[in-house]
Amino acid sequence: MPPVIIGAGPAGVRAVQTLVAHGQRPVLIDEALRAGGQIYRQAPPGFLRGRRALYGFEAGRAEALHRTMDRLRTQVDYWRGTLVWSVHGDTVHLLREGRTAQVRHAGLIVATGATDRVLPFLGWTLPGVYTLGAAQVALKFQGCAIGARVVLAGTGPLLYLVAHQYVRAGAQVAAVLDSASRADQIAALPALLRAPAVLAKGLCYRASLLARGVKVHQGARLVRAEADAAGQCVAALHWRDADGEHRIDCDAIGFGYALRSETQLADLLGCEFKFDPLQRAHLPVRDSTGRTSVRGIYLAGDGAAVRGADAAELAGELAALALLADRGVSVDRERIEALERLLAAQTRLREGLERAFPFPEDWAALAPDDLVLCRCEEITVGQLRQAARETGADELNRAKALCRVGMGRCQGRYCGAAAAEVLAHAVGVPVSQVGRIRSQAPIKPVPFAMASIAAEEASP
Amino acid sequence: MTEPRRPLLTRLTERDRAPVSFTLDGQRCTALAGDTVLTAMLTQGTQVRRSEFSGEPRAGFCWMGACQDCWVSTESGERLRACGSFIKEGMQLLSGLPSSTDAGGRS
Repeated sequence: MPPVIIGAGPAGVRAVQTLVAHGQRPVLIDEALRAGGQIYRQAPPGFLRGRRALYGFEAGRAEALHRTMDRLRTQVDYWRGTLVWSVHGDTVHLLREGRTAQVRHAGLIVATGATDRVLPFLGWTLPGVYTLGAAQVALKFQGCAIGARVVLAGTGPLLYLVAHQYVRAGAQVAAVLDSASRADQIAALPALLRAPAVLAKGLCYRASLLARGVKVHQGARLVRAEADAAGQCVAALHWRDADGEHRIDCDAIGFGYALRSETQLADLLGCEFKFDPLQRAHLPVRDSTGRTSVRGIYLAGDGAAVRGADAAELAGELAALALLADRGVSVDRERIEALERLLAAQTRLREGLERAFPFPEDWAALAPDDLVLCRCEEITVGQLRQAARETGADELNRAKALCRVGMGRCQGRYCGAAAAEVLAHAVGVPVSQVGRIRSQAPIKPVPFAMASIAAEEASP
Repeated sequence: MTEPRRPLLTRLTERDRAPVSFTLDGQRCTALAGDTVLTAMLTQGTQVRRSEFSGEPRAGFCWMGACQDCWVSTESGERLRACGSFIKEGMQLLSGLPSSTDAGGRS
């Protein structure tokens, strides 16, 4: 049986490369048709922009990663356009073009990346309101802006990166609304000065916004998106800061508050989870190389903990070396130690970024009862609060059973973080104490007919 | 009466691609090869479906296959995740708006 890697982003590709270099023929599974993950996502065939236009400062890293994958194509079994919908023991369940398949693994590296961490505001389900990641995919993958007059909001490095990419591509950015205060960013300076390249990029993005007259507001809280007269689309955004409430015309909003790890597969595999205060989330426990509590299961990249693409490349290589060592293959111990040191530095950088773009801890207290929390099933903040109040539910899965928050098609990917905040605030405990929404297979929707075929296959 | 369609998305670049014909709620439209179904629909209109719960319009959310908010229907009853499917010649897509092919139309 081969080692299997899930996810062809920076972590997955470096893991594949490392396994191949040690004489293995791994299986690589990825939902996208072309390697790169979200950060180095490649445009479809027929698109003409070069890597410099798509990835900016990261063009060199993107090209190196894409070229590595191109070179390895004949040395890996590459299942592209393939969804992993479940994993159980050593069996990975796949869906490709409506057909199921299974792959058995001798060592599994899960490199499933991250999505935007979302904290909803009134009107966030209106057409025209997207995540920052979505705003970026629209531009990078499709050459489109999410609207003609865009407000970008939330916090985190991605906020400024997307704003910079939008203005550079000729989009109209009406404003950037950062929930972090200027004081937060000044306080983070000593930590960020240890990573001058990262700081320089951030300052460059800010300068490019300034040069194009894009207003950046700090300490901003989103109040509500206003719909157009027909109720069809967003027409304005109301927001607040220390000076009071403001209204800005726009036909699209991109927002997000840093990223959250995609941990469903680790959960299905029974990996032990623990609350990570830096990521403000329950994450799979792992050692410095990416080994989880379950033998033969390794995590790498933002799917293990959000540390960014450069860290993901290191973590992918490291997880592959750990897998090889555990299988009795001789590996370079000095390289492992060097990678561990480099990764530790990336974790310190993440701490600095967290100081610059802190989680807005007042969000739950400010969230009104009529705010839709779960966009799949349209469960409101008030419904979750009521469930907590009337039944004493103080754990997320219990609250989910009572009011359906997190039970929809996205399995809590977009409401889970916010639901934990609301529940913790409602019952008066730290967010670390309300647990996490458990994952269920299939981790993404699969056709009903396909599920029954899989059941037949599973029976003898 | 139906509001005139207007696009949600703005094409900034990459316009030199082959045209692809499809229908949206019965109306003939043109997209570009390499457009996702989501892009094809939202460069024509402002929604791809309606919420099953409130009936409110939706236009996707994450663009990366995670939120499941852009599952759209075709006239033949097929369901597609719009951000993860490419537009193909002759696709007949429905956005949850009254269709011009409906006899008499919906209210």
